[in-house]
Amino acid sequence: MSDNNTEKDERKKTISLPISRVRLIMKSSPDVSSINQDALFLTTKATELFVQHLARASFNNGSGRDTNTLSYTDLANTAEENDTFHFLTDILPQKILARDYLKSLEDMKEDEADL
Amino acid sequence: MAERPEDLNLPNAVITRIIKEALPDGVNVSKEARRAISQAASVFVLYATSCANNFAMKAKRKTLNAGDVLAAMEEMEFERFMEPLREALEVFKKGQKGKKEVSEQRRRDKEKKVDCENDKSREEEEEDGEEGPMEEEQEVVEEEEEVEN
Repeated sequence: MSDNNTEKDERKKTISLPISRVRLIMKSSPDVSSINQDALFLTTKATELFVQHLARASFNNGSGRDTNTLSYTDLANTAEENDTFHFLTDILPQKILARDYLKSLEDMKEDEADL
Repeated sequence: MAERPEDLNLPNAVITRIIKEALPDGVNVSKEARRAISQAASVFVLYATSCANNFAMKAKRKTLNAGDVLAAMEEMEFERFMEPLREALEVFKKGQKGKKEVSEQRRRDKEKKVDCENDKSREEEEEDGEEGPMEEEQEVVEEEEEVEN
C-alpha cells in the first residue's frame, strides 16, 4: 500500500499525457506561433489536473454516489452549475428526450405562426 | 493544418487512468462519460492556450512561456492548479538540468581524455597509485596504451 502511495506521489510531479499530442492541440489554435518547453509541460500537467478535478467535482455532486457510477448527466450538470466549468456547456450539452425536443420545435412553429 | 480530427483527441487509455486515479476505488465510469471528459480536456487545452497566448501578445512576445500558462490558469479561475503546477515545473526543470549535467559531465570526461593524451606521463604516475579504477578511467588507460604502442 505504501508503495502504491509513493508511486502516486511520484506521478503528481510528472506527467502521463503525451506532450506531443498536447502540442498538436495547442498549435491548432491559429494565433499561436511557438511554445517553449516549460509552457508545454505546464499545459500538459494542467490538463491532467483538470481531468481529475472535473471527474471529482462531477462525481461528488452527481447522483451516482449511491450506485458508484459517474455518468454523462453528472458531467453535463457540472458544466451547467459550476462557474469554472461553464466553458464546457457547448461540448457537454444537457441530454434531452427526442419527444421533448420535437415538442419544443412544434411550440416554436406555433409561435412563428402567431406572429 | 492537415491533421485528422482524431489527432486532436487525447489518448483514451491515459484519460481513463487519470479519471480512475481521481475517483474512489471501484467507481464505474460510463463510456459516454469518459468520452465527454476526454473532449472536455481537449477544449481545456485550447481555452488555456488562447488565454496564455493573450498574455504573450500583450507582452509583445511570440513564444508562450510558463508565466503565460500560470496567468491563464488564474484568469480561468483554476487558481487551485497553480501551486501543484509550480511544484511540478520545479521538478521538471531539475530533471532537465540533470540531463544537461550528465551531458556536461560526459563532455568534461572527453576533454579529460584529450588532456590525458597530451599530458600522458604525469597522468600515468598518478594512475599507478590508484587501485580499482572506474570504467571510464580504464578506457583512458587502454587508450594511452594504444598511443604508446
